[in-house]
Amino acid sequence: MKERLESLKVEALDQLKDVADAGQLNDLRVKYLGKKGALTEILRGMGALSAEERPVIGQVANEVRAAIEEVIERQQLEFQNQETEQRLAAEKVDVTLPGRPLRQGSVHPLNKVIQDIEDIFIGLGYRIAEGPEVETDYYNFEALNLPKNHPARDMQDSFYITEDILMRTQTSPVQVRTMEAMQGEVPVKVICPGKVYRRDDDDATHSFQFNQIEGLVIGKGIRMSDLKGTLLQFTREMFGPHTQIRLRPSFFPFTEPSAEVDVTCVKCGGSGCRMCKHTGWLEILGCGMVHPRVLEMGGYDPEEYTGFAFGMGVERIAILKYGIDDIRHFYSNDLRFLQQFARN
Amino acid sequence: MKVSTEWLSDYISLDNVVTEELAEQITRSGIEIDSVEKRSPGVSQVVVGYVKSKEKHPDADKLNVCIIDAGLDEDLQIVCGAKNVDAGQKVPVALVGAKLPGGLEIKKAKLRGVASQGMICSAKELGLNEKFVPKEQQEGILVLPDNTEVGVPINGVLGLDDEVLDFDLTPNRSDCLSMLGAAYEVGAILGREVKIPEPEKKLIEVSEAASNHIAVHIEAPELCNHYAVRYFSNVKIAPSPQWMQNRLAAAGVRPINNIVDITNYVMMEYGQPLHAFDADQIAGGSIGVRRAEEGETLVTLDGQERKLEAGALLITDGENKPVGLAGVMGGLNSEVTGNTVNIILESAHFDGGSVRKTSRQLGLRSEASLRFEKEVDPNRVIPALNRAASLIAQYAGGTVHQGIVESVIKAPEDKKITLSLSKLNGYLGTDISMLEVKTIFTRLNFESSERQGEIEVLVPSRRGDITRDVDLIEEIARLYGYANIPTTSIEGPTTAGSYTREQFLRRSLRTLLTHGGWQEVISYSFTYEASVGLFPTLSAGSRAVKLAMPMSEDRSVLRTSTLPQLVDIAAYNRNRKQDNLSIFEIGSVFWTEEDKLTRQPRELPVLSFLLTGLREEKQWNIPAEKVDFFDLKGAIESVTEYLGLRNKITYAADRPEGFHPGRSASIYLQTGEEKIRIGVLGQMHPNLQRDKDLEDTYVAELLLTPLYQHAESNIEYNELPRFPSVERDIAVVVDSEVEAGALIQAIQATAGELLTGIQVFDVFTGSKLGDNKKSVAISMVYQHKDRTLTEEDITTVHERVLEVLEQTFAAELRK
Repeated sequence: MKERLESLKVEALDQLKDVADAGQLNDLRVKYLGKKGALTEILRGMGALSAEERPVIGQVANEVRAAIEEVIERQQLEFQNQETEQRLAAEKVDVTLPGRPLRQGSVHPLNKVIQDIEDIFIGLGYRIAEGPEVETDYYNFEALNLPKNHPARDMQDSFYITEDILMRTQTSPVQVRTMEAMQGEVPVKVICPGKVYRRDDDDATHSFQFNQIEGLVIGKGIRMSDLKGTLLQFTREMFGPHTQIRLRPSFFPFTEPSAEVDVTCVKCGGSGCRMCKHTGWLEILGCGMVHPRVLEMGGYDPEEYTGFAFGMGVERIAILKYGIDDIRHFYSNDLRFLQQFARN
Repeated sequence: MKVSTEWLSDYISLDNVVTEELAEQITRSGIEIDSVEKRSPGVSQVVVGYVKSKEKHPDADKLNVCIIDAGLDEDLQIVCGAKNVDAGQKVPVALVGAKLPGGLEIKKAKLRGVASQGMICSAKELGLNEKFVPKEQQEGILVLPDNTEVGVPINGVLGLDDEVLDFDLTPNRSDCLSMLGAAYEVGAILGREVKIPEPEKKLIEVSEAASNHIAVHIEAPELCNHYAVRYFSNVKIAPSPQWMQNRLAAAGVRPINNIVDITNYVMMEYGQPLHAFDADQIAGGSIGVRRAEEGETLVTLDGQERKLEAGALLITDGENKPVGLAGVMGGLNSEVTGNTVNIILESAHFDGGSVRKTSRQLGLRSEASLRFEKEVDPNRVIPALNRAASLIAQYAGGTVHQGIVESVIKAPEDKKITLSLSKLNGYLGTDISMLEVKTIFTRLNFESSERQGEIEVLVPSRRGDITRDVDLIEEIARLYGYANIPTTSIEGPTTAGSYTREQFLRRSLRTLLTHGGWQEVISYSFTYEASVGLFPTLSAGSRAVKLAMPMSEDRSVLRTSTLPQLVDIAAYNRNRKQDNLSIFEIGSVFWTEEDKLTRQPRELPVLSFLLTGLREEKQWNIPAEKVDFFDLKGAIESVTEYLGLRNKITYAADRPEGFHPGRSASIYLQTGEEKIRIGVLGQMHPNLQRDKDLEDTYVAELLLTPLYQHAESNIEYNELPRFPSVERDIAVVVDSEVEAGALIQAIQATAGELLTGIQVFDVFTGSKLGDNKKSVAISMVYQHKDRTLTEEDITTVHERVLEVLEQTFAAELRK
């Protein structure tokens, strides 16, 4: 019996050498080690053995089984590895093909600029005030110290709906409404973004509809030097830490003194280039100390309180910031234009 | 205002001043200098020549051979083609080697065999703007006055090298619409003295009084508080002297004749418009100032008949007949012509608003109206009149009759303003001393006196813009230099910056949508009238608001919906091969309930969407699937979910205008007991799509105000379930008219609290189901928060659900 076991082992190991695939291997495992396999067949004869022989033969049988199993397991592992290799090879992808993108739209560049500016002023302790785009003559002009015969009040320059109602030509009426709403409380610190409308023929630099952001601060002891400080802080946040500003005397009916503000050219940094017409400076906003008449009409005693105001065109800032060549792009909403702003 | 530096130096020394630098200084001090230009750059070696003789060219009909004395050792022979050249003239001669504007260089030449040693020049060839050259000198060569000195360079004679500063004046600085005003400004900047002409010192009058010839009376005192005239006899109309013509041209005024030029010259000098009447055309020896009556007309100097609006201010003769539009333009009937002998010269102060109104109404603007509109110095009526009188005496040979005939309604009052030094420095954040303040007022030619930290300033009448102490602060600030004002931080309590809830939600929606692949757009608030009816307005019974004077039909009404704009944006992009669009806009729409607007219209923020084309851009691993109704609905559901309102929103297929009747819905928000319509959603009507040349396009518009108002922002934590949930799927066959929403509602109502999730996971129709039938497969999740559900619990509920579906919708359970 021992010999039969030994020869079974030799036979099995010999056959296992030539196994080609996992199926064949399994067949051999069944053939030799299965419930009806050769080894079981031989061991059925164990009953005929003596009590002394049984453990001896049992041990031999176990050794034979172990030897065959070991080879089978080794082979099995090898086939598995081969199979894995094959599968991996078959699963190879072309990593240069494009992936499925996250869908990403963008905020309109004008709103992007407005949001950026809002964020800066929120950080400086301002609130955001908004008001109607269709305004009354009083809020748009009169309360801002633009007398009845002021050229800016001409039908030719504004979109009137009735004699007394018009599309606002500036966001300044929101300043007046804010003053009224504050009822004499100080400090007032707001910025007012929004759409405004003027009778301009559209061209590369003019649009009958555009956006403004104005700012208003009223309090005790507000000085023109504070205005300079505020604008310097804002422009540095907006255009970079090395930005310089320059104030030039100017005129607005609602401020006195008034100034126009230039910043060092965002493109050349002040050394002179085509964008700044070789001056090194770009005009970006108008500002001044709130005119006492405007304070009075807003319910603030100009002998007790002072304030400053400033205003800028959002389109102009966007044009400068992004180097845009035509203001009309903002309103034609060409996707090829808009999607250039889908970036952090 | 064009300011000739040659002219300016009559009043202020410009020695050692570089014009470009001066321009920069003026700009820094508040008046922007737009340009600094020579009247004609690049003219050299052109001199005054005398035409000694002119003979026909032997071989050319149109050419003349001229012998010219140009002040050189030998006379020059020059061939000239101009018709007007003649012996005895003084003319500009470009010598051989001369340079002319445009880079032309004069060389020796032979014209048809005759040698020519130079060129006789026209005004144009000398680079002069033809607009400011007298009419008779625009054709042919330029003929100079007889008294012009031969041989001298033409540059000086014609003022070609004069540098002209273009003052871009803000509306408050109308004082600089005069050479004197410009001189005061430059004087303040340079700190130099200003010399003013004193014509009355030189004026010689004959003893016969002007009042023998003319009387004046003001009948509209509210519009004219000073009217003055002088009377001149025996004037000789002729060209004005060359220097005056040069200065007028530099200022942008065309020379005409001595009288007209003098009135213009003095207007430019003093800022006070003047007008000369031919005295013999003024009937009745008297001039009146009155308002026009309805239907009156006047032919103005430009030959146009003007229909006057009642109330417009007129100048009339003794027969009450209009002879001029006060402050705007004179009448043709009393024009100074070549035959004029006697003159009435007017200098007056008219109301700015009245002049402006008349000028606008007639569409007639003049140098005079431009000045009156912005208010002229009331104290210059008489000096300007006298200045013109002395010039007329000198350059038009006129006899000045004694006295000024005038009517004065109200003399201007002195204007004194007190400024405290502490206010000044508190206002600007500076530390300017009283001495510095006084120095600045001295430079401005403002009289001032100091007492105890205050300074009282007598504001000259030319500076009508200065009315209160802050105006003085500005004067000081601009001359002190804005650059010298320090940079400080606001003192006082700190404030917290914040958004309002609405602003915060609007921003959040923008972020939500852009991150979900939606592109924001901004469209115009104005649209064409026909667009108003395309889609429903979200407010019943409202009207669109029209502009009184639109710039075009395309932009004549305020939008009542943003959808037509989005549709146009889609069409615009489609024409540029941008077919796959998912765009949104947050903007206002405008409505009114009034027939005729008496108050501001309603202005409501809306959120609108447009979706068309493929769901994703075509790519190798993405199926090219077209968007449908549910892509757009999903976006709206995400928005309402984000606002915590999803459960309060319902969709009803009620066929809104402009939409595909089977693929559209109104959107309702449940607020307490009330259900309000807040939006519309759906596919554009195929007819409209075809009109706009669009593929299947889905649009939606939502009112934002109710969403903002009812948005739920509080987040309250719900304990995670501790007991397992059980999922049950059913599929029921119902009539195709039955809405899934109704099935879900019925299931939810029946199953109650145990039902924690429900989702439609399949819908299909097919012949197997029978006509007008559909199968709806629904997955339900049951869960109890306190215990594990038993099979019995679930079966009880589930069977009740099926029973209700059967009874309510005749639903058959699919096995």
